[in-house]
Amino acid sequence: MHKTKRFFMYLFLIVAAFVSFFPFLWIIVSSTNPSVDVTRGRLLPGTYFMDNLRKLLSSVDILTALKNSLLISVSTTLLAMLIASLAGYGFEVYRSRAKDAVFNLLLLSMMIPFAALMVPLYRMFGKITNLLPLIGIDTLAAVVLPTMTTAFLIFFFRQSTKMFPKELLEAGRIDGLSELGLFFRVYAPTMKTTYAAASIITFMSSWNNYLWPLIVLQTPQKQTIPLLISNLGSSYAPDFGVIMLAIFISTIPTAIVFFVMQKHFVAGMIGSVK
Amino acid sequence: MRATGSAIRLKASAVGWLFIVPAVLLIVIFYFYPMIQALILSFQTGTGSNLSFNGFGNYKRLFTDSMFITAVSNTFVYLIFQVPLMVLLALVLSVLLNDRNLKGKSFFRTAIFLPCITSLVAYSVVFKYLFAGDGLVNSLLLDLHVVSAPIQWITDPFWAKITIIIAITWRWTGYNMVFYLSGMQNIDPSIYEAARIDGASAIKQFFRITIPMLKPIILFTSITSTIGTLQLFDEVMNITKGGPGNATTTISQYIYNLSFKYSADFGYAATVSYSIVIMIVLLSIIQFKAAGDRDA
Repeated sequence: MHKTKRFFMYLFLIVAAFVSFFPFLWIIVSSTNPSVDVTRGRLLPGTYFMDNLRKLLSSVDILTALKNSLLISVSTTLLAMLIASLAGYGFEVYRSRAKDAVFNLLLLSMMIPFAALMVPLYRMFGKITNLLPLIGIDTLAAVVLPTMTTAFLIFFFRQSTKMFPKELLEAGRIDGLSELGLFFRVYAPTMKTTYAAASIITFMSSWNNYLWPLIVLQTPQKQTIPLLISNLGSSYAPDFGVIMLAIFISTIPTAIVFFVMQKHFVAGMIGSVK
Repeated sequence: MRATGSAIRLKASAVGWLFIVPAVLLIVIFYFYPMIQALILSFQTGTGSNLSFNGFGNYKRLFTDSMFITAVSNTFVYLIFQVPLMVLLALVLSVLLNDRNLKGKSFFRTAIFLPCITSLVAYSVVFKYLFAGDGLVNSLLLDLHVVSAPIQWITDPFWAKITIIIAITWRWTGYNMVFYLSGMQNIDPSIYEAARIDGASAIKQFFRITIPMLKPIILFTSITSTIGTLQLFDEVMNITKGGPGNATTTISQYIYNLSFKYSADFGYAATVSYSIVIMIVLLSIIQFKAAGDRDA
């Protein structure tokens, strides 16, 4: 009885793990096969990897898309870390009744769905395009600006700041550090794990963002990776090997982030509940 | 001494606002201001920037707009079937992975979590091909004699919804599982020991101990999944394009189509978007109610 129970337990887990992993296997194998073999359902690695790569590079500008995605994700992450940690620190360390009220108001923004923002945001950026072409429609800055501050990140930093030993700040004050100096010299260096977890969440969602770039970016030179993959996927005569290679390439950055920083990754996710 | 202390505090409090200002400004500009704009827009009609007020006309239109009703009912089909299915699956997997004698725990956990690293667009395109009429899933089912003719996963109105549900479940089950696993670490093992001594079966322990103890986390994940599902866009856009017909179209996709695909009907699109806001507010009230019950 006990043995059959264990058997079914392992069977269930093995099936779940296999189903979860199978699409990855298929992506990797298919990126080494020609399109015909992918449609035939070939599950063995082939020799067409270099061919697919050459075709991919000549048919679409994936390098520009990679560069755009990287520029957007890195600048979003850096700005988000600075702005959200300053705010989370400010709300917690200089706590007052008025600030708490503002904080609660900010939290309300977490309930606003992006679906409700896309039309007014598009019109807003449309209006400023003539005045400020550098941050208007079809610029990378227009992707970064509305996505770089979220109430969730501010909340996340505030929660983590509750654990921060405030005595360190008193000690710093005695040493003559300014308030801003305390933040950069004392607080920021001790909160490395919080920054790591928050950066991962921000980088991942920025790298994978689809709807807002789809609306605000218009020329092919501004395309990001998700836009490029979506276009490849909806082409009329798809070359499956090439598409799978593009998907494979697009997943490498997030896979690296995941495997290198697995602990922070999970900590960041769980931090959102506490 | 005390006076100087509070003086420093007062000055510090003023400095504190400077830390907060950039974030507050950005949230006001990119969340609250557009929300007010959308509210104003929702009472206007016209094409592009040629807008005029028409009172509650747009809101009345919602009730007779068959496309809107289809999008809402599709979204609720995903909600009602996908969220419970995923929560249950994630719970069962967490219970199995929480077993102290299990071998290969971290391997299973990593493998099941792995779908979360894919971008919504990338995995959607992969699923579109896997579930194509002549795709791998069909050839597998045919080879195993599970079906005698290929299932029209993408082109049949019923199966297309199933495909979307399978895809979302694949992508998010591991994500939810991680929350439950971390919650289970806070359950005292002696509770299970006592239950075992009293002769409670594993299934009984699951329903009488695990689920009640995890209630707040289950609630949290259900609400986030619900809000996510109400905004579903990437998957439907890239797997079925909303088709066949409008069998899989979601509310977000309808807003996108109204604004950027059809005739730039921004006013009505804003009205439709406010329907999502209302649904989210209603569901959040339910969440607060449920959370209140827990404290009582």
